[in-house]
Amino acid sequence: MSNPTDFNPVRWLMRNPIWGFVLIVFIFFSLVSDHFFDYRNFQNILVQTSTIGLIALGMTLVMINGNIDLSVGAILALAAAFAVDVQSWAMFATWGNWQILPAVCLALLVGIVLGALNGFIVWKTGVDAFIVTLGAMLGIRGLVFVYTGEQSFYAMNFAYSDFSALSVGPLPVLAIIFLLCTLAVHWVLSRTAHGRNTYAVGGNREAAVNAGIRVGPHMMVNFMIIGFLAALSGVLLSTQMGAATPNLGRDYELWVITAVVLGGTKLTGGKGDIIGTFGGVLAIGILRNGMNLMQVPAFYVYVILGSILIAVLFLDKRFNRTADGGLRL
Amino acid sequence: MTRLKAGGPAIAKQGILVAFIVFMIAFSLMSDRFLSLDNFMSVFRQAAIIGVMALGVTIVVIGGNLDLSVGSMLSFATVLVVDLHDKIGPELAIPVMVLATLCLGAINGFLIGILRLNSLIVTLGMLSAIQGLVLIYSGGQNVDIADQSGTWFAIFGRGAMFGIATPIIIFGTMALVFHIIMTTMPFGRKVYAVGGNPTASVFSGIPRSRVVFTTYLISALCVAVAAMILGSRVMGSQNNVGQGYELQVLAAVILGGTSLLGGAGSILKTVLGVLMLAFIQNGLILMGQPYYTQWLVTWVVIIVAVWLDVAAKRGRLFSPIA
Repeated sequence: MSNPTDFNPVRWLMRNPIWGFVLIVFIFFSLVSDHFFDYRNFQNILVQTSTIGLIALGMTLVMINGNIDLSVGAILALAAAFAVDVQSWAMFATWGNWQILPAVCLALLVGIVLGALNGFIVWKTGVDAFIVTLGAMLGIRGLVFVYTGEQSFYAMNFAYSDFSALSVGPLPVLAIIFLLCTLAVHWVLSRTAHGRNTYAVGGNREAAVNAGIRVGPHMMVNFMIIGFLAALSGVLLSTQMGAATPNLGRDYELWVITAVVLGGTKLTGGKGDIIGTFGGVLAIGILRNGMNLMQVPAFYVYVILGSILIAVLFLDKRFNRTADGGLRL
Repeated sequence: MTRLKAGGPAIAKQGILVAFIVFMIAFSLMSDRFLSLDNFMSVFRQAAIIGVMALGVTIVVIGGNLDLSVGSMLSFATVLVVDLHDKIGPELAIPVMVLATLCLGAINGFLIGILRLNSLIVTLGMLSAIQGLVLIYSGGQNVDIADQSGTWFAIFGRGAMFGIATPIIIFGTMALVFHIIMTTMPFGRKVYAVGGNPTASVFSGIPRSRVVFTTYLISALCVAVAAMILGSRVMGSQNNVGQGYELQVLAAVILGGTSLLGGAGSILKTVLGVLMLAFIQNGLILMGQPYYTQWLVTWVVIIVAVWLDVAAKRGRLFSPIA
């Protein structure tokens, strides 16, 4: 249909309206703020958005599947608590800076296991993912509080908190990790059989079953991916703070879903992509950063984001009405 | 259909009731302070705020939609009524707060009922927007009532009638009224019809848009009542007091067996779900468990309860998904 050589930017923007929005807010803040258009600030935006962005990558897969994961904020908090706490365990006391390694591995493993648990329950019980992960969100958050004794953990090894300040060449390490993960998930979704199946399962589950896709294990893998990404996000966030608080990541599920929906992924499944999600994440990041630089109180960001979310939904409905093909009553 | 065959699923459908009884017996055995009128009354009183909100959300969910905005709406209403209490007096503050909250509900209802936008996303957006409104209104400050002992506003949260705390009376009365509306009145039947099969309901002449719109007004009204209880009990309000309530409320509604697909559910079972969560919290604390253990138990209880419900409907325990 479309030839890669005649790339039409206007048509591309029509299909990815969120990038039009990103462009507009980018130009807007560049004009009105003296500090926005600055290389340092761009680095900041990437680092700030990496937390929500990483989870949003996983959420895109899960939502294209027609599922949702509300437990990501809690998984993030538990992983962060593990990452900070385990490195101070007595058995790693003589490991020097290597004590960080088992801590981070364990934290990531916790994320994968909890994701697998969510996926397994969705698969075997047939209970809606919304309910399963709503329960998990409460339960895992409870686990965080019980595990931490409602205290914050502080990283005693300064190599851990120094990590977030590292840069490779022009880019901060955290931004690099985020960008690499974005590329990786984009590759999985657009170039692999797993990605094809993700669309198939979300688009028409019955047809996917008939085509021989094992829907249950497939969905479980996607829940494991989002669990891993949420845990990774928690680890990176705790390196930024040098600490893990039990309330870490609260409400993140809402921000993440907002970013993914802004990026054009449908809650009903079958539609969406990483390019859109990346745009959604950047839109939120630039908006928060830019308004911060203009010293607009953070309160207004909530109102603006909420309004944009609803506006996007409204415009989408208006312009894609014919695509629904449904009965309008 | 033998009686045996019909009997199996029938019990499974009452899963929440069975679980409730099991928990009550277990807690009674494990703590000698659990089974007492005083304790029950304090549990009911604590459950009243989430309970009142859950009544409204139940009706929204039966109508086939979700309402995630009730948490920040509660912050909004509580901050507003507490702040206005000292400025214009309680007799004006209450109607202003109720009207303002109903306006928010009307916005929800307009976007979801009339414009037919996805309720999860709309109320998610409203959650964020209303939280922002509260922070702008309060300037990020917490509010409180100066004269806490001299105001009649105290009756909603601290008062009692016939030895029963007012929050319990409010919750009980509203539950009863809503139950009657949903089971015997045309409006109740319309909500079930709209949630069960939207297309069919329109063909049967039910004004779908108006019904959905009304469910959100009811939900907002419930939030306003909950805010009165909360504001009166605390005599002040943090600007994010309702944060996270939406999901606890939803947990109670789901636990009560209301289907997120719409068209099925009951007010009385929501009350059971609310009480169950409250008793789990109370029982575990009396047993000396850390406060947050209740959330772990809630996790298991919600999934098992819904699982049994779903399993009873499809006639087999495990999902047929390959």
